[in-house]
Amino acid sequence: MGISMENNGQTKALIAMSGGVDSSVAAALMQAEGYDCVGAMMKLYQGEDTAGTEKRKSAQMAHKPGEGEQDVRTDEAVRGAGICCSAEAAADQAESRTCCSTDDAEDAASVARKLGMPFYVFRFTEEFRCQVMERFVNSYLSGETPNPCIDCNRYMKFEKLYERARLLGCEKIVTGHYARISRDGAGGRWQMRKAVDQTKDQSYVLYQLTQEQLAHVCLPLGELTKERVRGLAQEYGFFNARKKDSQDICFVPDGHYEKFIEKYTGRRAPEGNFVTQDGEVLGRHKGIIHYTVGQRRGLGIAAAHPYYVKEIRPESNEVVLCVHEALFQRTLTARDVNWVSIAQPDQKIRVQAKIRYRHSPQGATAEMTEGGLLKVTFDEPQRAITRGQSVVLYDGDLVLGGGKICGEEQKTAEICRDPRNSEN
Amino acid sequence: MQIYADNAATTRMPGAVIDVMKECMENIYGNPSSLHSPGQRAAEVLAQARESVALMIGAEPKEIFFTSGGSESDNQAIRSAALAGKRKGKTHLISTAFEHHAVLHTLRKLEGEGFEVTLLPVYENGIVRAEDVRNALREDTALVSVMTANNEIGTIQPVKEIGAACREAGVVFHTDAVQAAGHIGLDVKEMNIDMLSLSAHKFGGPKGTGALYVRKGVPLLPLIEGGAQERGRRAGTENIPGIAGMAKAFSLSMERLEENRAYVSGLRDALIEKLSEIPHARVNGDRERRLPGNVNFCFEGVEGESLLLLLDADGIAASSGSACTSGSLDPSHVLLALGLPHEVAHGSLRLTLSAENTMEEVEYMAAKIKHAVRYLREISPVWEELEKGERKHVI
Repeated sequence: MGISMENNGQTKALIAMSGGVDSSVAAALMQAEGYDCVGAMMKLYQGEDTAGTEKRKSAQMAHKPGEGEQDVRTDEAVRGAGICCSAEAAADQAESRTCCSTDDAEDAASVARKLGMPFYVFRFTEEFRCQVMERFVNSYLSGETPNPCIDCNRYMKFEKLYERARLLGCEKIVTGHYARISRDGAGGRWQMRKAVDQTKDQSYVLYQLTQEQLAHVCLPLGELTKERVRGLAQEYGFFNARKKDSQDICFVPDGHYEKFIEKYTGRRAPEGNFVTQDGEVLGRHKGIIHYTVGQRRGLGIAAAHPYYVKEIRPESNEVVLCVHEALFQRTLTARDVNWVSIAQPDQKIRVQAKIRYRHSPQGATAEMTEGGLLKVTFDEPQRAITRGQSVVLYDGDLVLGGGKICGEEQKTAEICRDPRNSEN
Repeated sequence: MQIYADNAATTRMPGAVIDVMKECMENIYGNPSSLHSPGQRAAEVLAQARESVALMIGAEPKEIFFTSGGSESDNQAIRSAALAGKRKGKTHLISTAFEHHAVLHTLRKLEGEGFEVTLLPVYENGIVRAEDVRNALREDTALVSVMTANNEIGTIQPVKEIGAACREAGVVFHTDAVQAAGHIGLDVKEMNIDMLSLSAHKFGGPKGTGALYVRKGVPLLPLIEGGAQERGRRAGTENIPGIAGMAKAFSLSMERLEENRAYVSGLRDALIEKLSEIPHARVNGDRERRLPGNVNFCFEGVEGESLLLLLDADGIAASSGSACTSGSLDPSHVLLALGLPHEVAHGSLRLTLSAENTMEEVEYMAAKIKHAVRYLREISPVWEELEKGERKHVI
């Protein structure tokens, strides 16, 4: 059908653009390599869907694919750990603390214009609601701490956006992510490696990519340092090169996840009991969505020693507290497993594993269970292993695979099959 | 082949309009407010344009106020009528669910300022009922605003009857005639209209120029302060080339109104007929009471945006929803107002034809659209579910 994959012998590539430094440089680099490029941006949600919309009613939000994804982590807890925003927003502009404003769309369009590329904005609000927001909310409601960026990469950027890329005749989809994709010999397996700039490495949020997807994804920044990328941005004259990385989840720009969830579901999370591991009631909590495993602050429990959140039990609406030492665990189980650089191993393998975005990889052994779950046993106990976060396995730089941490039993959040059923 | 089928978004200016504007830019550079001869020449051009525009809608020249376009006209008409009503203790406003956002957003703002807004339903055929307006009118109603023709689905509203109901109740009646003007006949007296918005670029005039008709005796308050232009109702030095171009474009389209109407509606009907051959497709809005050039379809299992991409690659310029909303995020509020489910409201294709289109183009478009819809359904997971019976067809 329709649009040719080649234009004067050039391969066509769709650049997921945000107006930020990374995707702009990625676009310029692809062009320099001789690709015929098309720029695109995804509009993923609108003001009403987010918390704290009053401040920026008129902002049209679009998502900025693949930049600056990282977590927001407090000292004490992994609250919001791994919740990332793929955006560079002007972090110093408190009023427009979102990555997805009209300004961003204009910046992206201006970069595309400068490079002489056509630029499209695609409206994926329905899909985003179903595939990302719905999962995010359900995950919190079932006592997990989700990382929506992983779902967004999986379902939006590399699936939905790629569909559009194909319609435009693009063989490749390009993002500003920091990670490397290569092939294990001609015709061999596609592999993913950490970025050369380890401080910017984003391979953690990309572990769900399938072989099929890896075959058409280009990540031109994987070989570069952030400094070099900023330098290139200056050279190319991208005026936005001074932008700072933003650190919030894009559709909850004020960081109040609990408010977002209550607004989304239209229900207040019911209060319940704080209990010890032995079932002793310690006090009342404000609703399970207010808590994350590992959290210490804001519990409001007066005791001789500090308490931490150990576990969240959605069935009984209980939050289990423990002393610091009890936060450490050696094993975890993960579902929704994807093997990236290697085929699924049929025996135990040695790995380094990360249990959240900002975790440094730890020595462990990994194996698949008969039920298709991934079991990881760490050499040393790890603090606050959190359901809903992803465990990603590495062999040095090589991303082996990963899965969503589900604890011991498999819990599957109810996911709407059809975006249109997700109206709240 | 390059086909322009997005005339509801904007139109190409005829050479004669460009000539008039060029003449103004070169020679009529004076400020119409100035006393000297160049100023007087500009004032003369302005007066002629005002007369001409007034004539086209059966109004008096003094009832025409030039603005920057349809959105400004809508904003000013609604704000002004609302404020005038409030001074008499009337704070109720009536409109419809499928108005242009220039109307809806202004109403929403006013709601925040203490007004009460009733939005009437438009039914599946996309037509408001005059009796609904009559029933909604209250003692404290300050304004009724119902568009003459809808921008997305082109349905023509019973403006005359609505106007009569308002006149009877002594309520100000505004109509956004941006899509209708130049395409169907308008007579503000016969149609009982108190205020009417116009935009030049929808009928072959330049962007950035419009007008607001306000019946003599109906108060009009300015949105923009700062000068005596437009009798103090719209400050700012008049855009003489734009205004002259608007007047020329309007009179040109009125001269050819009947001829164009017959020709363009012939193209429209042929295109609708051909696209109706596609299974699980539907025309949105009433088939008879619609603008001559408007074709609006939903194809089940097909996303509007994807279709636009493929058509663009085939040289066809069309739109999904209205151009004003395809930059925004909602599925079409117009299609939702017709009661269409979300997934269908997402998949609309709007083709708006003009006298510049040909039957050959219609055939080309129909063939390309059929092809594109078939292709997109082949790759659509939603369509697969529909075909397997896992999901029910809604069209």
